[in-house]
Amino acid sequence: MSERPTYTEYHPRWLRSRPSTYWWLKRRAYLSFITRELSSIFIAWFVVYLLLLVRAVSRGDASYQQFLAWSRHPVVMVLNVVTLFFVVFHAVTWFNLAPRAMVVHLGKKRLPPSLISLSNYGAWVAATALVLWLLVWS
Amino acid sequence: MAKRSLEPILWLLFSAGGVASALLVPILVLLFGLAFPLGWVSPPSYEHLHAVLAHPLTRVVLFGVFLLSLIHGAHRFRFTLYDGLQIKHLNELINLFCYGGAIVLSIWAGYLLWRLA
Repeated sequence: MSERPTYTEYHPRWLRSRPSTYWWLKRRAYLSFITRELSSIFIAWFVVYLLLLVRAVSRGDASYQQFLAWSRHPVVMVLNVVTLFFVVFHAVTWFNLAPRAMVVHLGKKRLPPSLISLSNYGAWVAATALVLWLLVWS
Repeated sequence: MAKRSLEPILWLLFSAGGVASALLVPILVLLFGLAFPLGWVSPPSYEHLHAVLAHPLTRVVLFGVFLLSLIHGAHRFRFTLYDGLQIKHLNELINLFCYGGAIVLSIWAGYLLWRLA
């Protein structure tokens, strides 16, 4: 071991190109990935919107009416239509993904993935019905 | 002792928030964002909505949904910035902004819901 290994003083540049900032426009799957990621912004927005509603209700009827008037403003409405698209996209992709995240075994058998998806959709229907019952039907 | 990473807990909260927001947020957006403002359905009266919101169970559930949804959003947005814009060198700032924002809004949510008696 008399020879010492030689190192190149300057490491050659890796042959890796940095992906473009717009890499997510290249394929449908990438686009739907980034759409799902962007739903986070709209979920945060809607939590804030509901908090403003809670605040208005805690302040009295006049504040609540003011909130309702504000919710009719075109800018707010457009924002909420976009929000609806994103949160439904989030919900559907989330429930479709659930069987892959949750692998349930009963004894040696694996519960069919469709059953897990279905139970998630069932819970969605139940939660939606509960909200409708609390706010609209009762 | 090896340093424990916070990441698994964050992912767990992310999932919980994903479920909570997927179950409840779409119908709430549909009602409060579209159906009530457009008059498809008449909005609940002040007394009715106040009674529903002031019920302790509603307040506890809403606080959970708000808290988890905010953490879910923060976690996902953190990775949107990380992967989408590839600004990894700003990691600490991004984490502070995302989780800090979620924590501040959660405290506000707790305060508002607590006061709503």
